[in-house]
Amino acid sequence: MKESAILLCDDVTVEFDGFKAVQGMNLKLEKGELRFLIGPNGAGKTTMLDVICGKVRPSMGRVTFHGKVDITKKKEHQIAELGIGRKFQAPSIFPSMTVIENLEIAMRQKRSVFATLFAKMAEEERSRIDGQLEMIGLQQKAQWRAGGLSHGEKQWLEIGMMLLQEPEILLLDEPVAGMTDKETDKTGELLHRIARKRSVVVVEHDMEFVRNFASKVTVMHEGRLLKEGSMDEVQRDDRVAEVYLGKRRDADVSRSTA
Amino acid sequence: MELFLLQLFNGLSISSILLLVALGLAITFGLMKVINMAHGELIMIGAYSTYLTQNLFHDYLPKSMFDWYFVLAVPVSFAIAFVFGLILEMSLIRFLYGRPLDSLLATWGVGLVLQQLARSIFGAPNVAVTSPAWLNGGLKIMDGTLLPYKRLFIIALVIACLVAMYFYIYRSHEGRRMRAVMQNRDMAACLGVSTRRVDAMTFAIGSGIAGIAGCALTLLGPIGPSLGTYYIVDAFMVVVLGGVGKLVGTVLGAMGIGMFNTLFEYWTNASLGKVLVFVCIVAFLQWKPMGLVAMRSRSLD
Amino acid sequence: MQKFTPQRIWILIGYAAAAAALFSAPLFVSDFRLNLLAKFLAFAIVALGLDLIWGYTGILSLGHGIFFGLGAYAMAMYLKLEASGGKPPDFMGWSGLKELPLFWQPFQSFWFAVAMGIVIPALLALILGYVTFRNRIRGVYFTILTQALVIITTTLLIGQQAFTGGTNGLTGYSTVLGFSIGSPETKRVLYYITVVALIGIFVFCRYVIGSRFGKVLRAIRDGENRVRFIGYNPAIYQMVVFTISAAIAGIAGMLFVLHVGIISPSMLGIVPSIEMVLWVAIGGRGTLIGAALGAILMNWAKSEFSTAYPQGWLFFMGLLFVVVVVFMPKGVAGLVSQIKFRKKRREPKHEGVRNPAV
Repeated sequence: MKESAILLCDDVTVEFDGFKAVQGMNLKLEKGELRFLIGPNGAGKTTMLDVICGKVRPSMGRVTFHGKVDITKKKEHQIAELGIGRKFQAPSIFPSMTVIENLEIAMRQKRSVFATLFAKMAEEERSRIDGQLEMIGLQQKAQWRAGGLSHGEKQWLEIGMMLLQEPEILLLDEPVAGMTDKETDKTGELLHRIARKRSVVVVEHDMEFVRNFASKVTVMHEGRLLKEGSMDEVQRDDRVAEVYLGKRRDADVSRSTA
Repeated sequence: MELFLLQLFNGLSISSILLLVALGLAITFGLMKVINMAHGELIMIGAYSTYLTQNLFHDYLPKSMFDWYFVLAVPVSFAIAFVFGLILEMSLIRFLYGRPLDSLLATWGVGLVLQQLARSIFGAPNVAVTSPAWLNGGLKIMDGTLLPYKRLFIIALVIACLVAMYFYIYRSHEGRRMRAVMQNRDMAACLGVSTRRVDAMTFAIGSGIAGIAGCALTLLGPIGPSLGTYYIVDAFMVVVLGGVGKLVGTVLGAMGIGMFNTLFEYWTNASLGKVLVFVCIVAFLQWKPMGLVAMRSRSLD
Repeated sequence: MQKFTPQRIWILIGYAAAAAALFSAPLFVSDFRLNLLAKFLAFAIVALGLDLIWGYTGILSLGHGIFFGLGAYAMAMYLKLEASGGKPPDFMGWSGLKELPLFWQPFQSFWFAVAMGIVIPALLALILGYVTFRNRIRGVYFTILTQALVIITTTLLIGQQAFTGGTNGLTGYSTVLGFSIGSPETKRVLYYITVVALIGIFVFCRYVIGSRFGKVLRAIRDGENRVRFIGYNPAIYQMVVFTISAAIAGIAGMLFVLHVGIISPSMLGIVPSIEMVLWVAIGGRGTLIGAALGAILMNWAKSEFSTAYPQGWLFFMGLLFVVVVVFMPKGVAGLVSQIKFRKKRREPKHEGVRNPAV
């Protein structure tokens, strides 16, 4: 186990009622790395993120954080507290609260009942929130109810919430799904900036979007690791092309994806 | 030995009543996620339907026919509760899908109104329903151990209802549509299933079964406007304990609660027995929060 | 931090006027009416606690009658013992109990009774909260369990007649701390105590919901799972707010017994518990003032109409439930703010809060 690996998934298997969504998947994430997780529908990408953030408990395998903490033994909120943040595919903000309130509770802070009951908004906290508002471009709408934002704005708000959480690892599930081209560009820009400081895992379908980043790509297929490498390497790989174009050898047609 | 057999039978009998009361709920709550607090009042409606059938037989038919009123009362109770359920679904419940807590409150209001209606029509005091003569007496299995026919009849009735429901849900076209809608509403709608119709039918059937339960309860004692309130919470506990979405769970839940209830009440007394059952249910949920038979799926909430 | 906008100033003036009205009420109304009002104010306190958990956290408890009742019983035990001079109260003799049971004895102390009136409901709520929220038993499942709690508590109270007075409950008090409980002077003092308690608890609840803790509660209402992935443990928050809410109900119960002079199982059963929910629903869940006003208005209406038309009242209450839930889920307070919104016409339409994301 090398020092630099911040996250190590070892032989992870997830079962739902007999259906194996992920089987024996390995994934190693270096500190400060931006990693894309791609693959056809049902490849188990989202499930993999679910495992890392604790939403789903694997039936086999280990996930270690910083080489020592076994995440599969922890609860979701403990994992979040450790420094792993998750952004879901559908924007999941708190719709009845204002934008600024959303950010306030997401911000890195003591999260015990006692602490929140007596918390006062410090000057430093306010400036952090203001800075984040600016970064996601929602200063004008700080007092809006978050439920009233547009789809793209909700996505950014959620990204902003995650950043205020100051996680060491960010898990993003299709951050540009449903966005207009302009919004996609802006999100890409955001992502570039984010990746400078943290390790990020992005599940993405949009190949054009992935190509903008010169970083490592992991291809999953039917719950297994298919190929890992740069975008060019991956694209040249026969098996990857097969999976995406649907030309399957007979031997492979043993299982269909959901 | 005798004592043991008798207690076992008592437990079985209580389980069967609980199951009959909870079966309708298992459909409306388990499959449709609607909390129908007026379920107890639908039971009450079934009971009064039986009462009315009895009165009609008494007033208009020769005495020799009277004993057979009960045979007719079962379908009549079902039909009347079915109609009430249909009206309830079409006028109120359909606005409340996806809002379980609100459906709970609104249907509780409906229950209150129905109770009040019953009180103004039939009067506040309980009324007695004369059980048919062929259900009097019991089966003597050994000295001092008599199994009343009424209790045996209820057990048989529950089994009949279960079989009918099984065939309806798993073996009929209507049942298949129902399962399709419950599992994936949007997809079912795309495939041309009228989800509105299925919802209404499902809810009405659940209500009809409550009616049958009411009919059966007339065998056990006098009935009154607040008959349902004695059973409703127990019935919900059965569904919670059994797990949502599967009939097997409901059966097991009812058996569990019925048996333990008898056991604890025998050991202690009625009020402490109830407390112990509740404690056991909560303790059990610590181990299996989703109930006895849980459906594990990818898309939890 | 907070700016004094004109709107805020008006609201503060409104509160001040309401407080002044409450304090000066003894000057204007008869002793009988004052006693009624005091009872309603006690109910308003329950409504505040209930709103905290239902309106702000989205957890529906149908068990608040029990917490209210346990507070009431604690106080009633003290009053009963003071009336009997420390000897076993009358009903124990009827059931053949000669000695005062051990757990009754400390209730000879007023302050012990007061402490227990808060601690027992809180503890019960904490235990129930612990075994449910920790296992993510929530939503309707939780609600059903609270209702089961009501049933078993009332059966227990009725069944253990020798210790609890059974169906009749506890009544027949004479003095409280030596003052005659029926005298107009004592009643007036008790009224003032209730007003102070109501205002104190109102301010406390305001603080709680305004704090970051309160924001986390609202976040839990919007999407419990999302809260988890931000790093909060919703179970702890739910437990704490449920406990606070139960303690508030206990306080209200103690005040209730002092005003009304009787507590019996029928006052804390299924129907009273769900009636409490109706007060909050009508006044407006998610606004404290709405919940408190809802409780006062509903009980006022009840006392006006239910004696004249007892049958009609239940009918009316049932219909009200349906109407409020279907047509005005945010209650009267929601209606008021809707009208305000229409005037200002800002912000897009309300989005469903009830269907949280995640």
